[in-house]
Amino acid sequence: MSLASLTKPWAPMSYGFLDASAKRELRRKMIKAVCVPGCQMPYASREVPMARGWGTGGLQVSLTLIHPQMRVKVIDQGADDSVNAASIRRFLARVSGAPVTLDTLEADLIQSRHRIPEEILREDQVLVLQVPNPEPLRSVQPNMSIARQMHGDADYGRMWLQLYEQIVRSGRVMQGASYPSMVNGRHVMTPSPIPRWDVPKLHMARHLTILSAGREKRIFAVPPYTRVEPLVFDDVPYRVEDHGGLTCYRSGTKGFFMNEIPQGDGSSAYEVSDSAFGVKAIRTREGKGIEMGETWYKDGAMTQ
Amino acid sequence: MTLTLDGPRIVKTAPLVQLRGVNKSYGSVVALCDVSATVYPGEVLGIVGESGSGKSTLLRMMNLEETPDAGSYTLDLPDLDGNLFDLDRFARRMLCATRIGIVYQNPHLGLLMKNSSSGNVAERLLVAGERRFAVLREKARAALAASEFPLERLDAPPIELSGGMQQRVQLAKAIALEPALLLLDEPTTGLDVSVQALVLDTLKRLQRDRHITMVIVSHDLGVIRTLADRVMVMRRGAVVEAGLADQIFQDPQHPYTQQLVHAKL
Repeated sequence: MSLASLTKPWAPMSYGFLDASAKRELRRKMIKAVCVPGCQMPYASREVPMARGWGTGGLQVSLTLIHPQMRVKVIDQGADDSVNAASIRRFLARVSGAPVTLDTLEADLIQSRHRIPEEILREDQVLVLQVPNPEPLRSVQPNMSIARQMHGDADYGRMWLQLYEQIVRSGRVMQGASYPSMVNGRHVMTPSPIPRWDVPKLHMARHLTILSAGREKRIFAVPPYTRVEPLVFDDVPYRVEDHGGLTCYRSGTKGFFMNEIPQGDGSSAYEVSDSAFGVKAIRTREGKGIEMGETWYKDGAMTQ
Repeated sequence: MTLTLDGPRIVKTAPLVQLRGVNKSYGSVVALCDVSATVYPGEVLGIVGESGSGKSTLLRMMNLEETPDAGSYTLDLPDLDGNLFDLDRFARRMLCATRIGIVYQNPHLGLLMKNSSSGNVAERLLVAGERRFAVLREKARAALAASEFPLERLDAPPIELSGGMQQRVQLAKAIALEPALLLLDEPTTGLDVSVQALVLDTLKRLQRDRHITMVIVSHDLGVIRTLADRVMVMRRGAVVEAGLADQIFQDPQHPYTQQLVHAKL
């Protein structure tokens, strides 16, 4: 095998890399997932030229949805420029001929690992989230057959118990990411390891969110305008990360989800996690006339 | 054989539990053979017999963990009609989670060993739909206090507790929702004598104060004698004798019961 053989032009492949039957199956499973919001649908996850656990689930969904007029954005923990995001973006463009973008507002399809962009998504946009572990009950019920019965019975007492235990032991809910959330009042899902900051963005959102786990072979979805409610006790309110008062040292934006950057003197600097949003803020400040979209959060609080 | 157990103190009211003609076989092994039993509100029915006599199988039937080959089971509760064995899995689970409490001989069957003791009790309340943390905490504390669990160990996981403490946590979990029926499967087996006495005292007090209807299975006649109003003696899956506790212990009729009573005494 030579390097040349690994870099074949896309023309000899099926459009979008996956063969037609694979895409047909994925489309059917996506429709089922949309019909039963939050319910995990099994599918035959195909091999893609990427290791399991690196976003193969999201990639298969993106490859199924993509068409040459669709603008694609890929982010990894909020960043467009990570190696993984750049590789997936280039791969998607190469096998589909679709244009790519870094701007959330321009994108039709956004594949993301562990973040939802700060700008509000529209009805015509699709967010594909990569999911490492789709089963929220795994930590309380390792037997997946029983876990599926528990979903069938809406038996989520153990999930609540997990939250109870966290409050008892630590004085607060310690679940940082993958916060279990009730979708449409019926199924509890893990919204992939997005931070707590991002979970409210899914509630009654205008856009379609498809969550796909390639290694675990499960697809689930949050259709537009669907209730997504984090599990919380009536007297212990849901809290997002305390980033409202932090300011990005590069862009100057304030009140958004930040990455902490430890400094040599022991202190920390913060930069906005959504890198494209940060760049737009810098360009706007420079007077480049960049369009900034409406954001889910304003001054650290949800706007809707 | 069907035995009616109407004693002088129990005929005034309708039975809470009625099991009729229950049969259960595992392959060629007959676990229960035409067993019938009646339990009245507020009383304690003791079931005794040797190992393999079908006591625990019968108790699991009452907790709807097993389905018999034949027979019926009714509970006289306002919103419950018909044979409970006909309920689907979900209805059974909800009924057991909210109306029936059980204390297993082996605490590993009834408790989440790595969760806190209060969490174990709270789980039952959560299944019943309670979603206020403060209320969960308070009710768990009250149930544990009622079962005489030391409250300074409220959040200790059962795996760090002694056998007697684990049984108290099980008991607290079982009574947290004020169940209509409390099932006790050898609750004192494996405990030393002093701890046994404490657990039995707790059970007696609960029964006296809360009038909880109980069915207790034990091969220890001392335990049955201490707690039970009426006694059912089982052997090889069948009921061989049943009656008031005093009657059974003072004047056993069946040869097997005589053997059992005299072996103990």
